[in-house]
Formats: sequence, C-alpha cells, structure tokens
Amino acid sequence: MNEQGRRRVPGSVIWAALLIAVAVPIAAAAFSPQLAWRDPVYIGAGFAGVVAMSLLLLQPLLAGGYLPDLSVRRARRIHRWVGAGLVTAVVIHVGGLWVTSPPDVLDALLFRAPTFFSVWGVVAMWAVFGAALFALLLRRIRLKWWAWRLGHTSLAAITVVGSVVHAVLIEGTMETVTKVLLCALVLALTAKVLVDLRVWTTETRRKRKV
Amino acid sequence: MATDALTRRTVLAAGVAAMVTGAPGLLVPARAQGLAPTPSMRGGSNNYQPGASIVERIGGGGFWMSGTVRRAGDGAPIPGQRIQVWAHTTEGRERDPHSHGATLTDADGTFRLEMPQIVPTFGQPHGHLAYDSGDFETVFLRPVMRSAEQTSLRADFVLRPA
Repeated sequence: MNEQGRRRVPGSVIWAALLIAVAVPIAAAAFSPQLAWRDPVYIGAGFAGVVAMSLLLLQPLLAGGYLPDLSVRRARRIHRWVGAGLVTAVVIHVGGLWVTSPPDVLDALLFRAPTFFSVWGVVAMWAVFGAALFALLLRRIRLKWWAWRLGHTSLAAITVVGSVVHAVLIEGTMETVTKVLLCALVLALTAKVLVDLRVWTTETRRKRKV
Repeated sequence: MATDALTRRTVLAAGVAAMVTGAPGLLVPARAQGLAPTPSMRGGSNNYQPGASIVERIGGGGFWMSGTVRRAGDGAPIPGQRIQVWAHTTEGRERDPHSHGATLTDADGTFRLEMPQIVPTFGQPHGHLAYDSGDFETVFLRPVMRSAEQTSLRADFVLRPA
C-alpha cells in the first residue's frame, strides 16, 4: 500500500506538504496578537507547545515509513531523535509555564486546576514520557517485540489524543484554523499508522527486529 | 463468609438509611439559612498578593470588573467591603504588582473597578477577585470570560461571617 502511494505521489510533493504542515501553524502562531501581552519566557513556553504538536505530526510518518527516500532504519533513527525533541519541547513548555505562573502549573500537575484542558495536557505529558521511557528501555527490558510495540504505541496514542484535546480547548497563541487542521492531521496519521502496523497483533510484519 | 455478607449488608443498609434520613435533615437548616455563601473557586487565589491598595482604577482602564457583595443567609448587601482584583491584562501579568488593585463596595453592596483589558492567559481569558478583610470568611473567585472580546466581567460574593 505504501509502495503504491509512493509511486503515485512524487517524493518532493510529500516533503513540501510536510514542510507546509509544520511551518504554517508555527508561522500563524508567530502572528498572534496575544504575543504582545506576554514576556519572552511565556512566549517561549507557548511555542515549545506548538513545536511539540508539529513534532507529533512527524512521529507517525516516521514510524510508519511513509516518508519517501528514507530507509526504515533511517526513519526509525530520526523517529528516536524527534521523540527526544518532543520530550525536550514538553519539558520547555511546562518549565516555561512554571516560571510564568507557578501556582497555575502546580494546580495542573496536581489535577486540581479549574481548566479542563490542563488535565489532558498533563496526561499527554506523562504518556509521552512513558513512551520515551519505553523507547529507552527497548534493549534493556526483556519484552516480546509485540508487547513492547503495544506499550509504546498505546502511550503514543494517549499522547496524541491528550495533546489534541489540550490544544483544541485552549485559547492560546495558535491560530484556530491552522491549529484544528494540524490536530486533525496528527490524529489521522496516528490512527493510520496504528492500523497499518496492526499494533494489536502479536505477529511481526518483518521477520527481524530493526 | 455469611457474617461477612451480613456485615456488608448491614453497613450498606445503614448507609442508605443515613442518606435517606440524614440528607433532608441536613438540607432543612440550609434552607432556613437562605442564601448560601459563595465558595472559593479552584485556582482563584493563584498569583494573589495580599494588601492590594484601593485605587481609582488599575492602569489605563477600559475594562470593567463589577459585582455585588451580600451576606449569607438574608442576602443583605454589605457596604464598605474591600474587594481585590487582578488579572493578566494588556498592561501586565497576573504576578505584576501593577496588575493588582482594590475597591470598596457602595451602600448597595455593589462594586465596580476599571482596569486594563483582560487577555487570555493559561488558555482562558479570566480575572481574579478576593475578599480577605477578615470580618467574613475569605473568598477567592476566578470568573472566566465567555469571549476574549468582552470588555467587562462580573463576580458576585455571598459572604459568611468569620
């Protein structure tokens, strides 16, 4: 299915589309009128969140091997680096918000904030940390490949759903249309890769681990 | 096992009985008291700074924070009560001292304080208000604007004597 898809759409078009999908929401957020009322730390914290959402778009594409001109091995390696970047972005996001208003972040982390979206954000944060931990422990824990994949992808799915609900409910610097489109794209691609890789099965598609 | 089940059933029955008889028992005095006191809202006290001074208006103004202060029970308006207000506005963050100010309620228990336009922060356009003068129990409110375009916000206090 992937092979056919690659043949139909030239690689350059896919890369260009990806660049647009990542760049446009960030650029739109850069024009937010709200930036005028924020200090640099708060602005940085907000953009770390926007960047994290963009990185979430790359992860299913890399995991599913949907990007042209990338070997599976190379895609996996980039997937790990993007994952590290994602964790870093989330840490900067939460850290920057902490500096901006410690009591609001404390309330969010303790699940006692009045804002419903913060619950989704905090759940997504722990899920992405968990998914990253799974990735780090890949060679250290003796798990069956399918069990490892089910654990990692379950946490990744929670990360995606949590992040999307978090972002959509927030009245922040992201421009509404680009935010909703990016979120829809992230959701759709995550769903696609989970289905394509049949993450719920115990069979391995490839005979050898990569 | 039989004793276990019996105990559990007894506990359940007692619980249900307590709910049936106890709940109306609790409700009746509450109804007799009339107007219930306003509970503090979640996150209401965030970035609170005690002792904000009474001001004509906060900063350049253009946005109105208003509301009423009444006594729990009979709902009588309480004049001369100090209400503190702060928010993330076009002129500063919640933590900035110049984002804070206070006003006193009029004879009819209403208050009205002009302040800079509130802008969304931490995902929602919202304000903070506090009553903490000691005669009544302290209350922190955190009203949310339906839209960031709004140029006013309301919050009502019903206070219980301390």
